[in-house]
Amino acid sequence: MTAVESAPGFIGTSVKRKEDASLLRGKGTFVDNLTLPGMVYMAVVRSPYPRARINGIDLAAARAADGVVAAFSGADLADEWVGGMPCAWPVTEDIKMPPHYPLASGEARYQGDGVAVVLAESRALAKDAAELVEVDYEPLPSIADISKALEVGAPLVHEDLGTNECYVWKLESSDDVQAAIEAADVVVTRRYVQPRLIPNAIEPRGVLAQAGPAGEVTLWSATQVPHILRFTMQLVLGIPESKTRVIAPDVGGGFGSKLDVYAEEYLAAALAKRLGRPVKWTEERAENYVATIHGRDVVHELTFAATKDGTITAVKSEALCAMGAYLQLVTPGIPLLGAWIYSGPYEIPNYSVTFTGVFTHTTPTDAYRGAGRPEATYVLERTMDALARELGMDPLDLRRKNFIKEFPHTMASGLTIDSGDYGATLDRALELLDLDAIRADQAARRSSGDVKQIGVGFSTYNEMCGLAPSRILGAIRYAVGGWDASTVRFQPLGSVQVVIGTSPHGQSHETTFAQIIADQLGVDVDAVEVIHGDTASSQLGMDTYGSRSLAVGGIALWNAGEKVIAKARRIVAHQLEVSDDDLELEGGTFSVKGSPDRSMTIQAAAFSAHSAHNLPDGMEPGLEATAVYDPPNFSWPGGAHAAVVEVDTETGDTRLLRYVAVDDVGNAVNPQIIDGQVHGGVAQGIAAALFEEGAYDDEGNLLTTTMATYLVPSAAELPSYETDRTTTVADNPLGVKGVGETGTIAAAPAVINAVVDALSHLGVTDMPLPATPERVWKAIEEVRS
Amino acid sequence: MRRVALTANGVRRELEVEPRELLVYVLRDRLGLTGTTVGCDTSSCGSCTVLVNGESVKSCTMLGVQADGMEITTIEGLARNGDLHPVQQAFHEHHALQCGYCTPGMVMAAVSLIESGEATDEAAIREGLEGNLCRCTGYHNIVRAVASAAGVAS
Repeated sequence: MTAVESAPGFIGTSVKRKEDASLLRGKGTFVDNLTLPGMVYMAVVRSPYPRARINGIDLAAARAADGVVAAFSGADLADEWVGGMPCAWPVTEDIKMPPHYPLASGEARYQGDGVAVVLAESRALAKDAAELVEVDYEPLPSIADISKALEVGAPLVHEDLGTNECYVWKLESSDDVQAAIEAADVVVTRRYVQPRLIPNAIEPRGVLAQAGPAGEVTLWSATQVPHILRFTMQLVLGIPESKTRVIAPDVGGGFGSKLDVYAEEYLAAALAKRLGRPVKWTEERAENYVATIHGRDVVHELTFAATKDGTITAVKSEALCAMGAYLQLVTPGIPLLGAWIYSGPYEIPNYSVTFTGVFTHTTPTDAYRGAGRPEATYVLERTMDALARELGMDPLDLRRKNFIKEFPHTMASGLTIDSGDYGATLDRALELLDLDAIRADQAARRSSGDVKQIGVGFSTYNEMCGLAPSRILGAIRYAVGGWDASTVRFQPLGSVQVVIGTSPHGQSHETTFAQIIADQLGVDVDAVEVIHGDTASSQLGMDTYGSRSLAVGGIALWNAGEKVIAKARRIVAHQLEVSDDDLELEGGTFSVKGSPDRSMTIQAAAFSAHSAHNLPDGMEPGLEATAVYDPPNFSWPGGAHAAVVEVDTETGDTRLLRYVAVDDVGNAVNPQIIDGQVHGGVAQGIAAALFEEGAYDDEGNLLTTTMATYLVPSAAELPSYETDRTTTVADNPLGVKGVGETGTIAAAPAVINAVVDALSHLGVTDMPLPATPERVWKAIEEVRS
Repeated sequence: MRRVALTANGVRRELEVEPRELLVYVLRDRLGLTGTTVGCDTSSCGSCTVLVNGESVKSCTMLGVQADGMEITTIEGLARNGDLHPVQQAFHEHHALQCGYCTPGMVMAAVSLIESGEATDEAAIREGLEGNLCRCTGYHNIVRAVASAAGVAS
């Protein structure tokens, strides 16, 4: 169906953002900007050791310090918690889920594990006093490397579990996968290490908690998930959801790192109740590096089997996946988000994926942009190039030969892709790229022995997002549903309020969602106000992550708009004395078919709905509707990305010359905003390929503890991006697909494939992540010697 | 405590600050100018960039007491009579901000870069903004916005 019944035509145009008016003037409502009378500041004392027995905590000096209101150890607060901090995704029946409380007591299990809190009259005084807390630590043997943590005798993160193995999860298309591999003409097996990535939202986390006299609690939090936070507050603190209000004000980026509920949120709420004063905590960047979740840290062994002509017959993946020291909200489930796409956009009949979750003495992992899908796509797209080399085939020919060509397509992994045209996206990328010219330049540099060599790499990807069909989530043991909700409300004088259950932190919902409803109702985009991020106004919602806001929440919005139109239509039909079917809605006006002079605007219907002087018998006054949408399928964007790199073969320095991204994200609501999502996603993928690595020493001491040692790239390190789209329409009323994570999923393998291509004439066939100058230089030296 | 007199966005302010207090916290906590944000503790991210006597400074690298007698311009002081500054307007037109957290610092750095005549081409803009990190935009639209405001091609 078409998305637009009436046609002011906002959908598909780059309406400038509503969000900018406040943000550009420095009027953002970020949590640390907020103050309340009587507020105290919380500082968290954190273990400097990856593992240590806590023999005692002396808070006397801290409590006596200037401005200190209170100080508590983990043991002091043990009675505050009715339950541990929940993990919502126990991926197997026998998964090991160690207890996890807001403060550690007895044993600290990673560097950054909170052991005590201090509350004081100012930020600085709280920090001063935190320095005075004396913790008697007894350092214990610890381990950070997932490849060694399952060895006999390895230090255990949770002694009582008797193992560091958290779970083993398998997905197999049949029992014959191994037989298919053994029967193949060509088998390629590759090992890949994907290091830790530290999300680095530029706004660190923060929370402000206020408790009222009747036991009600209000939390302002830099979170992606206000509804999930409200839910977990009951599980940990026993505060009923009905008494908890969570506000996510302006949130300064998340990228998955704020798709979580953290110790400090529970601590602030509990202590606000206990002290009777508002409690604020603002994370410092150095804290963020150890106390906010990390992403990736996965070691794969990927096997492809193929016939001599390049038909891929089987894919088998075995991966060790770091959990860190504890399970955060969805830690064990992150690999599963990629579990169904190890065949990517290719038709591969035999399919086997195994994940082993491993505890180490490190910061917990959880969702970081793409969550599971960058991991899968990286090993898949790297191995496509490796298989092409093995077969002596052009890597693009190999991809095209195996592309899924008919939709809907049910994959061997079991899920069904609704739509796509992978050949078309690749065609368009090649048009933009001018591959012949690049190959000619490459050949010239090779023959002249140029110090600077160039290479081109591709990543033709698809991904599953738009989380998610609730029944599927239930089947894979995710604890809650994947629906979302929206309310569309006409005010009496014709302005429109839209309340959404998704919770933006940079994605531009206020603009995009207003465009949709403006077109649908036939009102101006400026007449629509989008309200989000407050559980008091939006009771129903499942928040923002997994590229779900538009693909799930946007459809709920559309369905709510349809309900509002249906009611307005009944009012107009009643007043014009025609039947509902006799009316057509165009440009915000209902008119009688064949008699366009008999008409009524939707705003007039809204006024009538509120005056209630002349409504159909039995109709309730007011003009608003809520819709809750549970998607029948995931969202399946895909595309073709190409990177062109220049590698200095003497220094290993690698620079992006060009980056081309052609994506199929279904119908475009706001092309400029979509491009922005792709740019940012690609930047994070390039960063993973070339710059970023959260490194631990063997014991679990984080080596990259600041932005000075962990290279978040600046404008000087990144290229311009050439973006375009091809469109296949998704199977939903708006025809839209998710876009927020596509760039991150696609980019890293494209870049590394390009680096390997640049050096392939020297004999380089592999490149570790990230491809820093030192690593590139070493790879060149290895093949030269 | 030390007495400091400074001019913030054209308004003279006298206040008592602790000698150790960073300028960014004087602006945020004492003067209520929360548009200037804090993104790191190593002077890496540039979110706290303001203009001090017309030049861009990371306000976490300066003590409040050092600002005595100086003129500070923050993001709140850029718009005139409600109209956005040309750099703010260019950020809006080019979708150069997403979450908006780094934006105040990025805009102030860009204003300084353009006023100093250093925003001569795309490469110069990229180098000139090296001290300001953005995690949302991948910089593409920021570079275009700054080029547009500077009147150079990108």
